[in-house]
Amino acid sequence: MKDDGRPLFLQIAEQIENSIVDGSLAADTQVPSTNELAAFHRINPATAAKGINQLVADGILYKRRGIGMFVATDARAQLLERRRGDFTRQYLAPLMAEAAKLGMDAEEIKKLIDIWEPQR
Amino acid sequence: MNVVRTTGLTKQYGPLAALAGVSVELAENKIHGLLGRNGAGKTTLMKILTGQGFETSGTVEVFGQHPYENADVLSRVCFIKESQLYPEKFRVKHALRAAELLYPNWDGAYAAALLADFAVPVDQQLRKLSRGQLSAVGVIIGLASRAPLTLFDEPYLGLDAVARQLFYDRLLADYAEHPRTIVLSTHLIDEVSDLIEHVVLLDGGQVLIDADAETLRGEAVVVTGPADAVEHFAAGHEELHRERIGGSLRVTLTGARDRFEPGLDFEPLSLQQLVVRTTQHHGRPVAAGKEA
Repeated sequence: MKDDGRPLFLQIAEQIENSIVDGSLAADTQVPSTNELAAFHRINPATAAKGINQLVADGILYKRRGIGMFVATDARAQLLERRRGDFTRQYLAPLMAEAAKLGMDAEEIKKLIDIWEPQR
Repeated sequence: MNVVRTTGLTKQYGPLAALAGVSVELAENKIHGLLGRNGAGKTTLMKILTGQGFETSGTVEVFGQHPYENADVLSRVCFIKESQLYPEKFRVKHALRAAELLYPNWDGAYAAALLADFAVPVDQQLRKLSRGQLSAVGVIIGLASRAPLTLFDEPYLGLDAVARQLFYDRLLADYAEHPRTIVLSTHLIDEVSDLIEHVVLLDGGQVLIDADAETLRGEAVVVTGPADAVEHFAAGHEELHRERIGGSLRVTLTGARDRFEPGLDFEPLSLQQLVVRTTQHHGRPVAAGKEA
């Protein structure tokens, strides 16, 4: 896996969260097993298990005994709420820091947002 | 439960201390990385753990007992050495047959599948194999033995990148299905850093690092920026390394929890780089070592 300095198990958890947020893992569908995740990402199974357990503790996944792990019904709503809460710190703060470096103020940024169109 | 436990283990070869007080515990059913430079004591430690040598002082327990000439322990241990010697005229199939007799958990079907994966000719004489094929035979025996404690001492000599990846993939898959205690001694740290759960770093016969791989990940950080600002940030952290170019300073720090400061650049340190820096910091002269 990519080494971004964060614990691997957090990266595993985040990848599953991403799949839930973008809809590729729907509510109440089964998520890959620990061993499947370990083989796919080429990581130690204990690390993959730690990532899964983190998501269970957070209420994002739930366990069906003898079958496996499933996406909680409200997982996507939970994740969206959490990520919206993180938006300022994760995206706005670095944006404004870079803008300040370049001598751009908030008004200029607002104008850029107004005229911004998604690139195709 | 710990499969291996040593306390104050020493091994003296004449005036040379190959092990100078090694106390480690290796937990059951984990993949342990045994790292260190040539001559650090890795092979000496593994030889003692597998009853192929004995300690000068200190204690060693494998499955709760001393391993030397202990059949109960050794039937549960498989040690794959970098250069295994086989009897003259031994063919691949003979080595596998010997392994089958030696290891109670031997899986013949799995060994056959691995032979095909690594393209090792089963009827060939071992002395006629290429270096890579010979290493592959070791890897196959190590995996198919399914020994509760399996040690690989630099098992990859002559194996190309594709064959090494095959080894890591097979190891991970088989370990997931048949959990057991694995000790992987290697110099190719980047290749195994995501596989190993626990790291022991030896240098000069001493333990420099004994920690979970997850803990080590992100333990150290490389900070680059204007010298004054980096100097200010570095104060109060343990410094492993520093380099300077022009007005810029780059330092490697451990224990820096706060990873953001405007104007400074932060990069995580890979396990391999952490091992390099920690070993350098320990202060042995950097020269190509000779394996004991």
